[in-house]
Amino acid sequence: MSGTTVHGLCEGSSPGTAMATLRPLFLAGVPAGFPSPADDYIEKHLDLNEHLVKHPSATFFVRVTGNSMTDAGIRNGDILIVDRSLSPSSGRVVIAVLDGELTVKRLVKRNGVVKLASESDGHPDIEIPEDADLQVWGVVTYAIHGL
Amino acid sequence: MKAVFALVDCNNFYASCERVFNPKLEGEPVVVLSNNDGCIIARSNEAKALGIKMGAPYFQVRDFLREYRVHVLSSNYALYGDMSHRVMSILHRLEPDVEVYSIDEAFIRFTQARSQSLTECARNIRTVVRRDTGIPVSIGIGPTKTLAKLANRLAKKDPRWDGVLDISSHPDPDSLMSSVEVGDVWGIGHKSAERLKACGVSTVLALKNVDPSWMRRHYTITGFRTVMELLGVPMVSMAEQPADRKSMACSRCFGERIRSLAELNEALSSHVATAAEKLRSQGLVASCLNVFLMTARFAKDDAYITANRTVELPEATSHTPVLIHYALECLRCMFREGTDYRKIGVVFTGLVSEALASRQPTLFDPGRLDRMDSLMKTVDQVNARWGRDTLRYGAMGFGGRWQMHRERKTPSFTTRWDQLPVVRAS
Repeated sequence: MSGTTVHGLCEGSSPGTAMATLRPLFLAGVPAGFPSPADDYIEKHLDLNEHLVKHPSATFFVRVTGNSMTDAGIRNGDILIVDRSLSPSSGRVVIAVLDGELTVKRLVKRNGVVKLASESDGHPDIEIPEDADLQVWGVVTYAIHGL
Repeated sequence: MKAVFALVDCNNFYASCERVFNPKLEGEPVVVLSNNDGCIIARSNEAKALGIKMGAPYFQVRDFLREYRVHVLSSNYALYGDMSHRVMSILHRLEPDVEVYSIDEAFIRFTQARSQSLTECARNIRTVVRRDTGIPVSIGIGPTKTLAKLANRLAKKDPRWDGVLDISSHPDPDSLMSSVEVGDVWGIGHKSAERLKACGVSTVLALKNVDPSWMRRHYTITGFRTVMELLGVPMVSMAEQPADRKSMACSRCFGERIRSLAELNEALSSHVATAAEKLRSQGLVASCLNVFLMTARFAKDDAYITANRTVELPEATSHTPVLIHYALECLRCMFREGTDYRKIGVVFTGLVSEALASRQPTLFDPGRLDRMDSLMKTVDQVNARWGRDTLRYGAMGFGGRWQMHRERKTPSFTTRWDQLPVVRAS
């Protein structure tokens, strides 16, 4: 049994009883042994944490100040979800340490050149020299802002 | 495979936590002050190099710190508790048998044979913890906890080990033991160390070669256990292990999964009582407690839930009923119906010697502290005579609050929405 979503009425409910949406959701493969179908399935509500935070120990929330990443969908005042366990590959938005400060940029590696790019007019890209140690603090996975 | 132990220990933990969120502090001398900004409870390596002593009262060294441009921070227990929890969660994810020993240390028991060497496993643990949390750790490995702790100390202090040392894989462990002073081994306190040195036993190697029965006759049972452990004979059980002075933890894995809040309350109360007894026996009080909770693992990934809460106590205390009250409150906030729990534990931090702690009676009941003192003494005496838990605690309330004086506390970066770290997009 793995990753099965079961919709509809919960087993064992008495006939004729209107049950509100009980959606048992198997979180992961059931371990070997004698798993009970009743184990690890009841979620009383949908939890955003599960959806947005894959590695809780490595995930941090930060707040953005400034406008250099607006074209990436990141606005001043946004909360960003940052996962330190993800690999900082080219094209990802990352938190980098620049001059001792946490900064949000897009990491671009092309033709052996490493750049920390901004995503808005008037904010220049920063090229990282080959011998420099680029310290990536974490990879940004989501930006949160109200509408 | 015979059991082998590892001790994972965070380097300069409080200072390291602060550095994760303020990279400017890297490479700088940093000190962290106890509650009420009383004395120094943590130093970065650079601060140690300046000769700043642990426990130094702040007012005494204030000018020195200013002159040498040492960064001074007030303790941020909420941050340290949360970061500790992250480190411990990672350890639990990577290894099945983890014992949280204090806020920044954990023992791992390796029982299964594996394809990698233990040193390689330990290197992986170190890499993952650093990557995921930013906290650097050192790992010592040995056939007993005492040897693991010794190896850890060597791994931390000597750069040639690059943070990981398996003492049994070293061709000449005796030479390593001869480089460590007898007072620096786990289980040998300051007084015992002085007496041993007077007998000519001044290194850990010399201690290892002492006749164990002589040790038992002239020193405490702890000293005897230390010698046996140095010889590679595991002796130290959870209940018997020497206490740490910076923090104290007590936790247990459940044999079966536990679902009911009532049972969790009981387990937690019992851990708190045990740890508090240790506090009192060391003449310490705690200003902060952290409760952590873990569900059963479902798969190899982070697919199990862990939670933790930190409470800064209105007053530093070692009074069990008070500690239980706050611990149970933490649990109540975290508990989720319908979940299978596997482990619960408590960590006391911000330990201060009882004599030094500013014991301000509450506005409402000046006599209360004295009454609680004699209550605790009576309870301890009864339990000592008739056996542990002869007197158990019911629920108890506690009133009165005052603000801790902490002028240089960094924000609660990971525990408050209004205090998140700020990143620049400019």
